[in-house]
Amino acid sequence: MSTHQHGSEVLHLEGIDVWFGERHILDSVSFAIQPGEFTGLIGANGAGKTTLFRVILGLQRPSAGTVHIEPDASGHRSVGYVPQKTHLARDIPLRARDLVALGIDGHRLGLPRRSSARTRAVDEMLDAVDARRFANARVGELSGGEQQRVLIAHALISRPRLLLLDEPLANLDLGSVEEMIRLIDRIVREQDVAVLLSAHEMNPLLPVMDRIAYIAGGRVASGTTEEVVRPSVLSGLYGHHVDVVRVHGRVLVVAGPGSHDEEHLASDAAHVFP
Amino acid sequence: MHWLFEPGFFSSGPVHVALVIGGVSGVVSALVGVFTVVRGQAFGGHALTDVSTAGGSGALLLGLTPLTGFVAGGLLGGAAMEALGTEHERGRDVATGIVLGAATGLAALFLYLDATSGATSGTAQQVLFGSIFVVQSSILPAVVVLAALTVALVAALYRPLVLSTVSPEIAAARGVRVRLIGVLYMAALAMSVGLSSLTIGTVLSTALLIGPPAAALQITRSMGRALLAAALIGVATTWLGVLLSYDSFDWGSSHEAMPVSFFVVALVFAAYLAAGVSRRRPARLRDAEVR
Ligand SMILES: Nc1ncnc2c1ncn2[C@@H]1O[C@H](COP(=O)(O)OP(=O)(O)OP(=O)(O)O)[C@@H](O)[C@H]1O
Ligand SMILES: [Mg+2]
Repeated sequence: MSTHQHGSEVLHLEGIDVWFGERHILDSVSFAIQPGEFTGLIGANGAGKTTLFRVILGLQRPSAGTVHIEPDASGHRSVGYVPQKTHLARDIPLRARDLVALGIDGHRLGLPRRSSARTRAVDEMLDAVDARRFANARVGELSGGEQQRVLIAHALISRPRLLLLDEPLANLDLGSVEEMIRLIDRIVREQDVAVLLSAHEMNPLLPVMDRIAYIAGGRVASGTTEEVVRPSVLSGLYGHHVDVVRVHGRVLVVAGPGSHDEEHLASDAAHVFP
Repeated sequence: MHWLFEPGFFSSGPVHVALVIGGVSGVVSALVGVFTVVRGQAFGGHALTDVSTAGGSGALLLGLTPLTGFVAGGLLGGAAMEALGTEHERGRDVATGIVLGAATGLAALFLYLDATSGATSGTAQQVLFGSIFVVQSSILPAVVVLAALTVALVAALYRPLVLSTVSPEIAAARGVRVRLIGVLYMAALAMSVGLSSLTIGTVLSTALLIGPPAAALQITRSMGRALLAAALIGVATTWLGVLLSYDSFDWGSSHEAMPVSFFVVALVFAAYLAAGVSRRRPARLRDAEVR
């Protein structure tokens, strides 16, 4: 691969294809992420967001296409990851700080190391995600939003250049969603890490997203929201006409005349696209 | 202290051997068992004890020491469970159940053959309920080596094992070979079940594997403390069990010692209850202690 060509990108996907049996889940997906950028990966249930993350992480082998992750200064291709559904069992004897410390070298064989430098690094990371308060609580006993912070700290402590967050806003109430978005936005700036965050709903992310990767019909359109969230682009992804409506500072993607979803639109806001 | 330590307790050769084997297998079971409990593999651990029964009784048929059979059986059974199990939790459970069933059948056959061949009396008793007072001291080196290997294996696996227990997904993304780590841990589990089978028998070794860790996990909140507490409870219960069994020789008029296994299991259960009670103290108190 021609590394020099996208040397300043932390991630470059080219022509990714994923099939599950007869189903074409990802269809020639290409996009790139620049350092320190906040990208929202927006798509409905089953659109292929988690699959795309798994491809980036090397957990799912695509049937075609290449994934290029720019190594950091020390030659590591490290990517931080917080999966969509992380069930932390109540009885795991692990405090929040222990889980964060595992982010440093939890993948290596042997017993955990202890040093004041490590404690300091863990404390700093806990501060960065506002989790110092519950540093000594068992992770299984924390709330969903608190666990999310700890997992983000776990993913960040190894200083990756790219952080993948799979639906970190699901299961949070409205106030917590805004708080979490502000937190992630702050992390992007302070820690100088690029974030790819998946979500169903783009509106809460509009103020902070640098770019959007809109996924539908197995394909991805990426760019600024102005470039992507337009009837012509999204209609191409969905394969039928959709309209983009901007009301009260919100963006709604709605199926146009002639689509299968037409009948739902008048009464049921849930059938508005994400 | 004469009421507690009967005359001759400290000078008896068999007691020395029993204390070493009991202590060693108590510690190893506890350390391995913390992970068994946390990983939700109590059923797998129990199935391994049944495989050990088949191994131990088969070994006696062949004229080998039960320990060899316990460990060989456990390793084979663990491998079979891994091979049959799919990635899904339910698949694992089913695979475990199938291996457990097959092993129990084999054990029934071997124990029958052991009994009818008449070569060794009390074989079934030995395999099922332990033989801590009658094992030869010549087996001690093997026990100690096996224990050291088991602890070393768990220590080597420690970090990736914890990480893949917390989240297989995150561990895999970090490059941990989750499946391999799981298989190696099963090997450690099989070896520890072999050790505890020697002490309190295959039927009751689940108690030593799950009890002390379950008690410890109720009163600790970090991995290190849970391991330490479990090991202490494991040693204390086995040693006290050996002592009480020795003492029980003089309790009735029949002059028959009650089995070590009974005492160990009763003590483990008591420890579990006690830990549950102390956990119900107000959380604030416990928080204050941690700092
Ligand atoms: N291992 C698999 N085998 C077969 N099909 C799969 C597999 N993994 C995912 N799929 C299918 O691929 C599609 C995309 O799944 P994916 O989990 O990537 O969606 P998603 O966008 O993350 O959805 P959600 O918002 O619900 O999390 C789904 O229809 C799913 O059923
Ligand atoms: Mg998903």
